[in-house]
Amino acid sequence: MFAYLHYRHSVYSVPVMPRFRILVSIALTASLAVSACGGSSDDTLVVYSGRSLELVGTLIEQFESETGITVEVRDGDSTELAATLLLEGDNSPADVFLAQDPASLGTAAGMFEQLPSDLLSLVPERFSDTDGRWVGISGRARTLVYNADLVDEADLPASIDDLTDPRWADRLGIAPTNSSFHAFVAAMILTKGEEATLAWLEAVAANNPVDYPKNSPIVAAADAGEVHVGLVNHYYLFRLIAEQGESSAANYFLPAGDAGSLVMPSGAGILAGSDSEDAARQFIEFMLSRTAQEHFASETFEYPLVPGVAADPRLPAIESIATPDISLSELAGALDRATDLIAEAGLL
Amino acid sequence: MAMGITVRRVQAPAMVWAIAVAVLVPIGIPLAYLLAQALTVDAWSTVFSVRTLELLRNTVGLVVATTATAASLGVAAAWLVERTDLPGRRVWSTLLALPLVIPSYVGALAILSIGGARGLLAEVAGLAAPQITGFVGAWLALSLFTYPYVFLLASASLRNLDPSLEEAARGLGAGGWRVFRTVVLPQLRPAVASAGLLVGLYTLSDFGAVSLFRYDTLTRAIYTNFIGRVDRTPALALAAVLIVLALAALALEQRSRGRAQLHVRRAARRPRRIELSGRGRAAGMAFVTVLSLVALIIPTAVLAWWLVRGVGLGQELGTVWRATGNSLLASLLAGLAAMVAAVPVTVLTVRYRSRLTLALEKGVWALYALPHITVGIAMVFFAANYVQPLYQSLPLLTLAYVALFLPQATSAGQAALQQVNPTLEEASRSLGHGWAATLTRITLPLIGPGLLAGGALVFLTVMKELPATLLLRPTGFDTLAIRIWATSAEGFFTRASAAALILLAVSAVPMYLLNTRKSHA
Repeated sequence: MFAYLHYRHSVYSVPVMPRFRILVSIALTASLAVSACGGSSDDTLVVYSGRSLELVGTLIEQFESETGITVEVRDGDSTELAATLLLEGDNSPADVFLAQDPASLGTAAGMFEQLPSDLLSLVPERFSDTDGRWVGISGRARTLVYNADLVDEADLPASIDDLTDPRWADRLGIAPTNSSFHAFVAAMILTKGEEATLAWLEAVAANNPVDYPKNSPIVAAADAGEVHVGLVNHYYLFRLIAEQGESSAANYFLPAGDAGSLVMPSGAGILAGSDSEDAARQFIEFMLSRTAQEHFASETFEYPLVPGVAADPRLPAIESIATPDISLSELAGALDRATDLIAEAGLL
Repeated sequence: MAMGITVRRVQAPAMVWAIAVAVLVPIGIPLAYLLAQALTVDAWSTVFSVRTLELLRNTVGLVVATTATAASLGVAAAWLVERTDLPGRRVWSTLLALPLVIPSYVGALAILSIGGARGLLAEVAGLAAPQITGFVGAWLALSLFTYPYVFLLASASLRNLDPSLEEAARGLGAGGWRVFRTVVLPQLRPAVASAGLLVGLYTLSDFGAVSLFRYDTLTRAIYTNFIGRVDRTPALALAAVLIVLALAALALEQRSRGRAQLHVRRAARRPRRIELSGRGRAAGMAFVTVLSLVALIIPTAVLAWWLVRGVGLGQELGTVWRATGNSLLASLLAGLAAMVAAVPVTVLTVRYRSRLTLALEKGVWALYALPHITVGIAMVFFAANYVQPLYQSLPLLTLAYVALFLPQATSAGQAALQQVNPTLEEASRSLGHGWAATLTRITLPLIGPGLLAGGALVFLTVMKELPATLLLRPTGFDTLAIRIWATSAEGFFTRASAAALILLAVSAVPMYLLNTRKSHA
C-alpha cells in the first residue's frame, strides 16, 4: 500500500545517470569532509549545558576567544542531561556539566572529580556541594510571576499550598520538564514529605495548569495575560523587561518560606573521566571571574555568588528571601522521586 | 514479471544475503533491545497505569479524528478536481497537493503564531484572538497537512476508474450525490484505506504538532518522560506501547485489505465530467479555495510575515545558515545510505522471491510504520550502552534515518528492477562474470535512476524529520527542524520562521524534480 504512493515517483524512463554521478560525488565529498572534521580533539571542551545558550552563549564565546579553547555545547534541560550522564557512565564525552540547579548537579555528582579548594573558596559554602564536587556559579530564587493587570497583589497566595485552590483553575503556568521545577518539587519532598507533595501535584494538575517547555515562555505568557500566575525563577522577568522596556508581569516572592521561594544556585562540576581537565578548570574559573559574575548580575539578572559583585538593584537582597531550611546537597536525593511524582500526577 | 520471463528459482548468492543482513541487523537490534527492556518488571508499572490509558485514549482519538477528516477533505477535493468541470482544475490539482511539503510542526508554528496576545493578529490589527491549543489545534494541523496523501491517492484512483459504471448509474436516473455515494466511493475504498493508513501512522508518529499544541499523546509523553525524569525506564516502556499500537494499525489495514478485493477495470477513456450547477460550482470553488488558503497559502504567508517583520527589526538570522548546511548534509548522507542499503534488499526481493525475502520486505515496511521517536529512543539506549563510539554521532543518526525510510528507496528500486529484463543479468553471468561484476556493470546502471528517485524521497523526508533527530543528533549539530522546534516552543516566531521557510524551499526542490519526472513518464 505504501509502495503505491512511492511507485508513482519512480516510473520514468529518462536516463539521469550524469545527475546521479554528480549527486554521488557530492555526497561522498561531504561525508569525507565530515569524517575529517568530526570527533572531538583534545583542545575541545565538551560542555553539557542545562543552561540555555540564550543565557550563557555570549559568556562561552568570550571564554573561547580569551583562552583559545574550543567549546562544544550540548544543551538541554539539566535533569535530562544529568540522566544522560548517568546513562553514558564512564564513557561520557562530556568534560563539564553546567546545570541550572543543585538537584541535577547532585544527581550526577558521583561522576564528578573533587574540585580544588581555591575554586570552591570563591563562593560562600552554602552554595556549593558539601563534598566539594560541584560549585555554585549564580544564584536564583523560585518565585511566582503574575500579571499585575489581571491579578491584584493582595489576592496572591501566601504559600504554594494556596495554588491548589480551584480559583486558580486554568490560570497557572508551569514547566513540568524543567529542572528548576524539579528542584522545587524535590525541595517540597524534603520539607513536606512525599505524600503531601503528591497530593499537592495532583491538586495542581486538577486545576488544569498550562504547561510550557521552560521558564521564559511562562513569563512571556504571564506578561501577555495568557496565564495569570506562573511558577518560575526570578530572573526571566527582568530579561523580558530589558527586551521590551516594560512588562505587565511582576515577581512575587511567596512569604511563607516554602519551596515556592527556594533560593538555589546554578553550578558546575568536572567529569572525572574528562580528558581536558585543565580546560575544564579554566572554564569554571572563568564562570567565577569578575567578568562572568558581572554578566550574571547585569545581563541575566541573577545573583552573583562571588562576594564583591553587586546584584541588580531591583532585586531583593538574597538573604531576605524566605527560602526553606534545607541543605542544597540533599536536593539530589529527592530528584528521582520528584520526577516520578510529577509523572504520577499526570503532568508529564 | 517483465516481458513474460519467469524468474528462475535460485538461491541468492550468500554475499547478497550477507550484505542485506549487515544492513538490517544494526537497525533491528536496538528495537529488539527496547522491547526487551520494556518487558522488565520496572516498566510494567508504567505500562499498566491510568496515565497510559489516558494517553492511549488521546492518541487513538486524535488518530481517528485526523484520519476521518483528512479522508473527507482529500476525497472531496479529488472528486471535484477529477470528476467535475470545476474551473482551474490543473492549478487546483497542484495547489491541493502542495501542503504535503509542510511538516506538521511548521504548520503548527504558523497556526500558533496567528492568535494570542503576541500573535500576528494582535500585532497587525490589535485583535486578541484566542490561541488554538490542545486537541483542536493538533487535529486541525494534522488534518490540514496530511489530507494531500488522500487527495493524491484518490485522484490517481479516480483517473483509473472506469467511468461507464457512473454513467450507467446516472443514465438510470441517480443524482450526483447518489452516484458518488453508491458507485464512486466503494471503488475508491482501497485507495482511501491506503492513504488513511498513511495519515493514521503519520498522526501516531507525530511529535511536533502535539507538543506545540500541548496535547498529551504517547509521543509527547515519551519525550517529556525522557527529558523530564531521572529514570528513563518509563520513556522506554511508553515507546514499547506505541510500537505495539503502530504494528496493530499496520496489521489491521493488512487484514482489511486482504478481504476487500475489488476488481477495478482500468479506464479505457476519460470520463465525461459532471457539469456543476451555478451553486454547485460556487460551493466547489469555495471549498478548494478555503482549503488551499488554510493549508498552504496562509501558513506560508504567516511565516513570511514574521520573517519580514523580524528582518525589519534588525533580528539576526545567523545560525540559520549553519543549520541549513547541517540539514542538507544529514539528508544527503541519509539519501545516499538508503540508496546503498536498498540495493541488496531490492535485488533479493525482486530477483530471488521466496518466503524469506518476502519476510524481509515485510520487515522493512514494518520499520517504516514505527513512530520516529521510538526508533530514536531505541538507538540512544543501545548506542550508549553497547556501541559507545557511535553514540551521538552522525553515522548513528544516518543509520536511524535509513531504518525509518528505507522502504522509500527500496520500493523505487524494486519498481525499476522489475522493468529490467533478467536475461540481461543472466547473459552477463553466463559470459563468466561473477554476481558482483553483474551487479555493478549491469543491474546498478539500469536501476540507478530508480534508486536515485528513491534517494531523493528519503532526502525530502529526512529534511523534515524531527523527533529522531532531536534524540540522536551529535553535540552542537543543529538542523533546520531542530531550530524550528526549539525556537517555536519558546515563542520566538521570527527566528523559527526563517528556518521554516528555508525548510519549505529546500523540500520543494526534490518534490519538484520528482513531480516533473513523473509527468515525463
